[in-house]
Amino acid sequence: MTLDVTGLRKTYESGDEALKGVDLTVDGSETTAMIGPSGAGKSTFIRCVNRLTEPTAGTVELDGTDLTALDDDGLRAARRDIGMIFQEYNLVERLTVMENVLTGRLGYVSAWRAFRRNFPPEDVERAYEVLERVGLADMENKRVDELSGGQRQRVGIARAVVQQPKILLVDEPTSSLDPETSNTVMRLLTEIAAEREVPVLINIHEVDLAVDHADRIVGLHDGEVVFEGSADDLGDDALDRVYRGGDPPESREPTASESEAVIEDGAANDSVVRDGVVSADGRAPDRSTSGGS
Amino acid sequence: MSEVDAARSWRRFDRRRRIGRFVGVLAALSVFVASWRFLDTGITNVETVPREIRDLLTRMYPPDVAYAPEIVDPLVETLHIAALGTLGALVLAVPVALLAAENTTPNAVTYWLGKLVVTVSRSVNTIVWALIFVVVFGSGPLAGAVAIAFRSVGFLGKLLGEEIEEIDFGQVEAVRAAGASSTQVLLYGILPQVKPALVGLSVYRWDINVRDSTILGFVGAGGIGVQLFRAVNAFAWQSVSMILIVILGVVLASEGLSASARRMTR
Amino acid sequence: MATERRSWRRPTAFGRREFKWAAYLAVVGFFLWSAWGIGADPARIARGFGRGLTLLGDFLPPEATPRQAQRIVDKMVESVAMAMISTVTGIAISVPVAFMAAENLSPKPLYYLNRGFISLSRALNAIIVAILVVKAVGLGPLAGIITITFKTVGFFAKLLAEDLEDIDMGSVDAVRATGASPVQTLVYGVVPQIIPRFAGLSVYRWDINIRTSTVVGIVGAGGIGSVLLTAFNRYSFQYVSAILVAIIAVVLVAEGVSAAVRRRYQ
Repeated sequence: MTLDVTGLRKTYESGDEALKGVDLTVDGSETTAMIGPSGAGKSTFIRCVNRLTEPTAGTVELDGTDLTALDDDGLRAARRDIGMIFQEYNLVERLTVMENVLTGRLGYVSAWRAFRRNFPPEDVERAYEVLERVGLADMENKRVDELSGGQRQRVGIARAVVQQPKILLVDEPTSSLDPETSNTVMRLLTEIAAEREVPVLINIHEVDLAVDHADRIVGLHDGEVVFEGSADDLGDDALDRVYRGGDPPESREPTASESEAVIEDGAANDSVVRDGVVSADGRAPDRSTSGGS
Repeated sequence: MSEVDAARSWRRFDRRRRIGRFVGVLAALSVFVASWRFLDTGITNVETVPREIRDLLTRMYPPDVAYAPEIVDPLVETLHIAALGTLGALVLAVPVALLAAENTTPNAVTYWLGKLVVTVSRSVNTIVWALIFVVVFGSGPLAGAVAIAFRSVGFLGKLLGEEIEEIDFGQVEAVRAAGASSTQVLLYGILPQVKPALVGLSVYRWDINVRDSTILGFVGAGGIGVQLFRAVNAFAWQSVSMILIVILGVVLASEGLSASARRMTR
Repeated sequence: MATERRSWRRPTAFGRREFKWAAYLAVVGFFLWSAWGIGADPARIARGFGRGLTLLGDFLPPEATPRQAQRIVDKMVESVAMAMISTVTGIAISVPVAFMAAENLSPKPLYYLNRGFISLSRALNAIIVAILVVKAVGLGPLAGIITITFKTVGFFAKLLAEDLEDIDMGSVDAVRATGASPVQTLVYGVVPQIIPRFAGLSVYRWDINIRTSTVVGIVGAGGIGSVLLTAFNRYSFQYVSAILVAIIAVVLVAEGVSAAVRRRYQ
């Protein structure tokens, strides 16, 4: 399975150029993290892939099908193969956990069956299995608005996974969660993706989480890809380019030492690195709420 | 609000507010006097009013209990009209609300169409709608039910539309991202979010409709109003008061039912 | 484990599925009974709407001869004047009624008496009240004024009484503790707390009264309603729609003014 994005542009009606021609290929079953400051276009990029936001120009090919050329029905069918996980979970709050998970199967049932909550038994069985996998066994009849943030994001993951997608798009999965839960959620995501051999594209502004969990990192700055490589390649210069657009950093010293720490021992220096990134990004990690665009 | 705060703002705005209030009261009074002169009703006329009303009330007492069995059928008809009118309004109001809500309407033309339907429906009183539908369907309760429905569409469409405008669009988007059709998006993304409002508003409107259905009879659109009008024209005041008591009871009962039903759906 | 298929059914708010179906069945049954009761068979409804479409041609475009237009204006002014007067008189009467209907300020017998009066006023539709008042005081705007005043008192006194029951008794006690007389207590302890809502409610009720004043004429209580009924009885439908357009316009203006004033005041 391959996601092949070429020359993706998005100019909003306000005249903001969110994406200025992005090329990106995701294939195999690797986890790709897209990092960048807020406003870099990370969310816009992900939303353009399944056309929740209409791209202005460029192509998005999923296994050779150009999604940007599809009509409504074709797009609906294509969306079934793309699992999406949202920053604010975007679960239907007044429905039960099971109903939310089964939302992932809506593309395969008629509106009447969906209305009667009469899903095929294999879908229900699959939903149960996925719920067990994400650690929400026996929670199926709870209403989502009774759950904690971490539990909600697990439901969000289950909803995307039950689609049996060809790719998972993940938009800032941790920005509404505390650091510990963030880590668990990221681990769960990458594990599930590996088990099911599905590639994952994750937007994330916390560099340490990206470094810890992703196979590959793409740095976005002001609508352009300014870095692409493995976590090990993400050095001081690269971070500069991503977060400051390559301008000479004002406070060279602390950033340098912290970035070295990333390269030498990313996991052990979580908090240091996070602080470093925060100062570059200008906001605190566990209170930040807004995504790329 | 603490009392210290109140005192402070009171001091600050006192002058302006006082003048504003004074001008408001003065305007209201002068309009009052001007209107009174325009209507040319005269004071002597008014003086006899309390006596005339007392007269009427004495003639109404005591209510004619023996008349009660004759009210049952029209009363049931009134309830039928209210129920069916509300149901019809609900069926019509859902699409109207979707059109009149900024975030679900397909384009500007449909938006204004939605607003137009809401405005016309709300601005024309039930009894006027009844006059119109008596022409269309002939006299009888069917005209009444349709009149009730047309009157309620605007109310339900407006409030439901406002509710739809308030929904969290992220939830809708997530359902759409899973490859759901637009009907499914409606069922899974929008409906769960507006369901409490939908139930609450319908029950509330039903309660209003019970009240409104009592008057349809005056223009021949069925219900207990027919009976009441007949009794009034026959000067059977004791029967009239019996009917009024029954209406009062039914209205209070439906009000209580509606209030408790709305409390249940949270 | 994967071989065994688990099923899932949505938990129901009714506790047991049988109760849910029984409840749904009862509701559907009631609606069917209603439909049968008022003779609403689909064929008749379809025929009615078919005729409605033909009639729509008779209604459009709205048209009035100069004399008719003059009559619309005259009677519309009468309606508005009625609404103005009734709003002022209604509010004036509401104030004492509200104080007597506030549980915390009024002795029990008086409280029940006034609550009963409020319930009666709210339960009876303006048209019913108007019919009775017309019988008591005769045709004309005076009957309309009394009717709308009566309805205003029910609405206004209820809300005002609720406000009075919610007031902060602490500051009332504080004023009383300074040795103020009951009237002074009222003026300094109670009135300031309810004034802001009072103004908003007055304008809101004025808006409703304008609406009511356009229909009470149908039963002879003055205003544009009488013209409308005459036009209907003469089957001059284009004149009817001209009147309706006038009513809708006036209602919309009143609604706009009322909304603007309330927004300004808050």
